[in-house]
Amino acid sequence: MASTAHPAKRKGEPGAVPALDPALRAALVQYLLRLGDDRLVLGHRLSEWCGHAPILEEDIALANIALDLIGEATLFLRLAGETEGAGRDEDALAYLREAIDYRNVLLVELPRGDFAVTIVRHFLFGVAAYYQLEGLTRSTHPALAGIAAKALKETRYHVRHAGEWLLKLGDGTAESHGRAQAALDDLWRYTGEMFLTDAVDEILVGAGLVPDLAPLEAPWRAQVTDVVRRATLRVPESGYMQRGGRVGRHTEHLGHLLAEMQILQRSNPGATW
Amino acid sequence: MPDDAAAQREFEARIAAGETVEPKDWMPERYRKQLIRMMSQHAHSEIVGMLPEGNWITRAPTLRRKMGLLAKVQDEAGHGLYIYCGAETLGVSRAELIDQLLTGKAKYASIFNYPTLTWADIGAIGWFVDGAAIVNQTMLAKASYGPYARAMIRICKEENFHKRQGYEIMATLAAGTPAQKRMAQDAVDRWWWPSLMMFGPSDKDSPNSAELTRWGVKRKSNDELRQRFVNLTVAQARAIDLTLPDPALRYDEATKDWHFGPIDWAEFDRVIHGDGPLNRERLAARNEAHASGAWVREAAAAYAAKRAAESGGSAAAA
Repeated sequence: MASTAHPAKRKGEPGAVPALDPALRAALVQYLLRLGDDRLVLGHRLSEWCGHAPILEEDIALANIALDLIGEATLFLRLAGETEGAGRDEDALAYLREAIDYRNVLLVELPRGDFAVTIVRHFLFGVAAYYQLEGLTRSTHPALAGIAAKALKETRYHVRHAGEWLLKLGDGTAESHGRAQAALDDLWRYTGEMFLTDAVDEILVGAGLVPDLAPLEAPWRAQVTDVVRRATLRVPESGYMQRGGRVGRHTEHLGHLLAEMQILQRSNPGATW
Repeated sequence: MPDDAAAQREFEARIAAGETVEPKDWMPERYRKQLIRMMSQHAHSEIVGMLPEGNWITRAPTLRRKMGLLAKVQDEAGHGLYIYCGAETLGVSRAELIDQLLTGKAKYASIFNYPTLTWADIGAIGWFVDGAAIVNQTMLAKASYGPYARAMIRICKEENFHKRQGYEIMATLAAGTPAQKRMAQDAVDRWWWPSLMMFGPSDKDSPNSAELTRWGVKRKSNDELRQRFVNLTVAQARAIDLTLPDPALRYDEATKDWHFGPIDWAEFDRVIHGDGPLNRERLAARNEAHASGAWVREAAAAYAAKRAAESGGSAAAA
C-alpha cells in the first residue's frame, strides 16, 4: 500500500509505538533486530557486487535490491531503537553493536560467493522473507505492519528476480547448472534457521504481533521445490541444520563484514556524517 | 547513395540551422565515428567510475549515506547502459564497445584512475567530478545528435542530485571534528586539479575540438567550460571553509572570472597514457568482472535459446 511509504513514525511523535509490557517490549526489540539485521547484512553482501556484476543490467538490479534491503533494515532498526527506548537510533544499532549482538540468520552473512551463490541464497531467503512479511502485514502493531507491507512489495520483486535467474542458471549450460546445484547443496544447511522459533516468537505470536514461523516452512518448501525442479535442479536432502545467528552465535565471516562496515563510526566516536 | 560532397553540404546546413541529427539521417562517416568515440568514452567513464565510488559502499558511515552512495552508483550503471544504447543507434554494438574498453583501446575519464582513500573522496567526487560533468553535459544536451542530447538531458538531472549529495557530504565533514575537516581538505587537495583536467586539453591542443564545434556536437570550448566550472566552485568552497589548492587563484573584476594557476598537463598526459595511480587496477577489475561473469552470460543465452526453440517454428519464422 502506498500509504505505508514511511510507516515508522519518528521518535517523539505520539502513537509511534503502542504501550507494551516490558517482557513483550524486550521480545519485540529482539524480533525487530532479527528482521533488521537479516536485511542489513544481506544488503551489504549484495552491495559488494556493485561494479563487478556479470552484466551491466545486474549491476543495476543487485544494487537496487541491496538498496531495498538496507532501506528495510533502516526502518526495522529504527523501530527497534524506538521500542527499546534507550536512545539508540538505527545507526547506533547498525554501527555500534558487536557481532555477538547481531541477530541475523547465518545464511545472509556467508561470503557473496559466485553469482550462483548470490542468486540461490537470495531465492532461499526471499521466499521465506515473503511469507514472514505477509504474516507481519497482519500484525496488531501498526508500525510493524506498515513496514512489512512496504517490504513485502519489494520482496515480491526480489523473489521474481532471483527465481528467473535460478531458472536460467539451472537450465542454462552444464557449467551454470553445476554451479547452481553446488550453491544449493552448500546453502541448504543454513535454511532451517529461518523457521526456528524460540521464546521471543512465542510471546509475540501470543500477542498477535507476529506470525508463527514454523507453519511457513511448508509453503516455503513447496515454492522452492517448484522452482528448483523447473530449473532442472535437485532439492538437497535435509540433514543437520546450522543455527546460532538468532542468539548471536555467528560464523567467522560476520566479524569481518562488521569490521569493514563499522570502521568510520568506530574510529571517529561521536562524529556526525 | 547520395553524392557525398553534396550530402555533406546539406548536412552542415542543417546543423547550422540548429536541426538535430537522428539515427536514420545521413551523416558523414567522420561524424558517426566521432560520436561513437565520444558516447562510448562517456559510457565507459560511467562504468569505470563505479569502481572508485563502489570502494566505499561497504564502509559508508551511516545507513543514509550508504543508501545515497548505492543509489548514485546504481544511477551511474544506468547512465552507462543508456549511453551504450544511444551509441548503438550509430551502428555499433555494446559488446564491441565493451571489448574496446577491456582491451584498453577505448578511453574513459582519466580521473577515475585516481584512488578513493577516505570517505571524503566520495564527497569530493560528487562535488567536483559530477560538478564538472554537469558543466560539460549541460553543453552536450544541446549537441546536434538527437539521441546523445536527449540522454544528456536526462542524465544531467541525476548528476545534479549527485553533486548536491557530494557537496553536502563535504559540508558535513568540513563542519565536523578536526579529523573530519582534515579528511575533507585532503580530498579537495587531491581531486581539484584532476577535476580541472576533466575538461580536456586547452583548446589550442585539442585535436577534435574544431571539427566537433563545426558539427554542433560541442557548443563551447574546453577552456570556456573549465572556466565556468572554476567560477562556480570557488564560491562553493568558500561557503564551507575549504581551500582550493591553488595559490594563484584570483578574481578578475574586468572579466568576472576566477583566474587559476597553470595545469600540470604532463600529469594529464601521463595518466591518460596509462601511468596514473590505478589505470592497471581499474582495467583489471573490469576485465575480472567480465571474465568471471562469462559463464552467467552464456547460461542466459543458452536458456533463451532453449526457450526460443521450444516456442517453435512460428517464432523462428517471424
